[in-house]
Amino acid sequence: MIRTFGRSALTVVHELGEITIFGAGAVRGFFNQRHRAAKLILATHEIGVRCLPIVAIVGLFTGLVMGLQLYYTLVKFGGESALGTAVALSLIRELGPVLTALMVVGQAGSAMASELGIQRNDEQIDALQTMSIDPRGYLVGPRLLAALFCFPMLTAVFDLIGIFGGYVTGSLLLHVDGGVYWHRVFESVSWADVLGGFVKAVVFGVVTMAICTYRGFNTHRKASFPGVRGVSESATRAVVWSSVMVLATDYLITSFLL
Amino acid sequence: MDDVFLKIRGLKKHFGDNKVLDGVNLDVARSSVTTIIGKSGIGKSVLLKCIANLLTLDGGDIELDGQPIEHSRRGSKGSDAVTFSYMFQNNALFDSMTAAENVALPLLEASKLNKSEIRERVDAMLAHLGLSESSQRYPGELSGGMRKRVALARALITNPQVVLFDEPTTGLDPERKFSVFEMIADYRQRFGFTALLVSHDIPEVFEISDRVAWLDEGIIKFFGKPSELDADAESALSGFLSKANYGRSQGSKK
Repeated sequence: MIRTFGRSALTVVHELGEITIFGAGAVRGFFNQRHRAAKLILATHEIGVRCLPIVAIVGLFTGLVMGLQLYYTLVKFGGESALGTAVALSLIRELGPVLTALMVVGQAGSAMASELGIQRNDEQIDALQTMSIDPRGYLVGPRLLAALFCFPMLTAVFDLIGIFGGYVTGSLLLHVDGGVYWHRVFESVSWADVLGGFVKAVVFGVVTMAICTYRGFNTHRKASFPGVRGVSESATRAVVWSSVMVLATDYLITSFLL
Repeated sequence: MDDVFLKIRGLKKHFGDNKVLDGVNLDVARSSVTTIIGKSGIGKSVLLKCIANLLTLDGGDIELDGQPIEHSRRGSKGSDAVTFSYMFQNNALFDSMTAAENVALPLLEASKLNKSEIRERVDAMLAHLGLSESSQRYPGELSGGMRKRVALARALITNPQVVLFDEPTTGLDPERKFSVFEMIADYRQRFGFTALLVSHDIPEVFEISDRVAWLDEGIIKFFGKPSELDADAESALSGFLSKANYGRSQGSKK
């Protein structure tokens, strides 16, 4: 049993190392590409713009639910005036970055893993190589770099809409004073909280996009099955491992930030 | 052989215990068409992929124009770097790009030409291959024959010195097969590239081949002119050729 555990741990460490080298190679390769701005804009559209609606919707409902749950908790202690503080800090420090990352992984990450897996199976990645185009720099690099600023931006949107959702439930439905709600929000949130949330978003962005692109790009090596099943397995594993890594890195970063 | 351009010595490629290529030796003359024949799954495409650097070798050497192949690939810094192109069996076209964008891709991303020069070259190439009308259509909107021609256009747009064709006529009707072979022969004459071709279209492919190499059991067991196939064929090759209808078609010609 110890041997099995050790072997699994070594495999995970080995894989993390491979993903790091893969990501670093992709970013380095990107800077040798031509038309870099156009590629970055396309990747930003894929990660940022396409994920905006789902992030906004989830942000709104998260805020609505938090307003409701926290109100009924706080009212027991007569502290409903602290609703703005509770909603804003929970969203900015924790739920915003985590849920945004999970949403982007579900939408853009799975699509990337599938697309790269199909391109691998269809020999399009080999074709790039025969054309002297670095496939990692061309296909992966722009996505990793776009993730660096898309994740914080989407997190900011999530936080703002979520805080507004808390206001809708707390003030408009449950009659907490609106002025008090917003005063508490502005009073309690510090730049350190916002910065901490953004640090998390950047780390989640790089980690999840690296895992998703790595899985798709290496479908031929990593999947247990060839063809369509292999692509489906790559996409599934990409989403599962990215989600696990979001929660694991969240714990680590929170430990350092607190 | 005079003027050997591509020289392969002792090339080995193993997948686990499966020794797919086990010491391949092959000399390909400059500006010639050499066709590799052999049973399915025997390693013909693996050989092409080793030459194209898509697979790492487990042994042996490949030389191009007297230089180790690593110094000769496109993208290497030397001004006399040899340009390679590869036409894939299933075309490997990008679904999200139009035919013209697919053809322009290697020039856009890996050449120093400006956009107007690229457009000019792409338009000319598409016109040569009868694809002008379809230049703005996506691969999914093209017929199998047209997709092959787009892939051929992409392989030739960089004026490569070596073109590797992996079963370029798979899935085409006899008329289209013939026209693809004609295009390869025509472009070879026009641009003077050296072609290495994997094909199962026996005997049609021999019409454009200067040399034929028979790959079997991981090595090249026959290498010579198509006309020498009958005279020099050992029994195993005869068996393979007769199964591929070669003997019958030759007999009917006689």
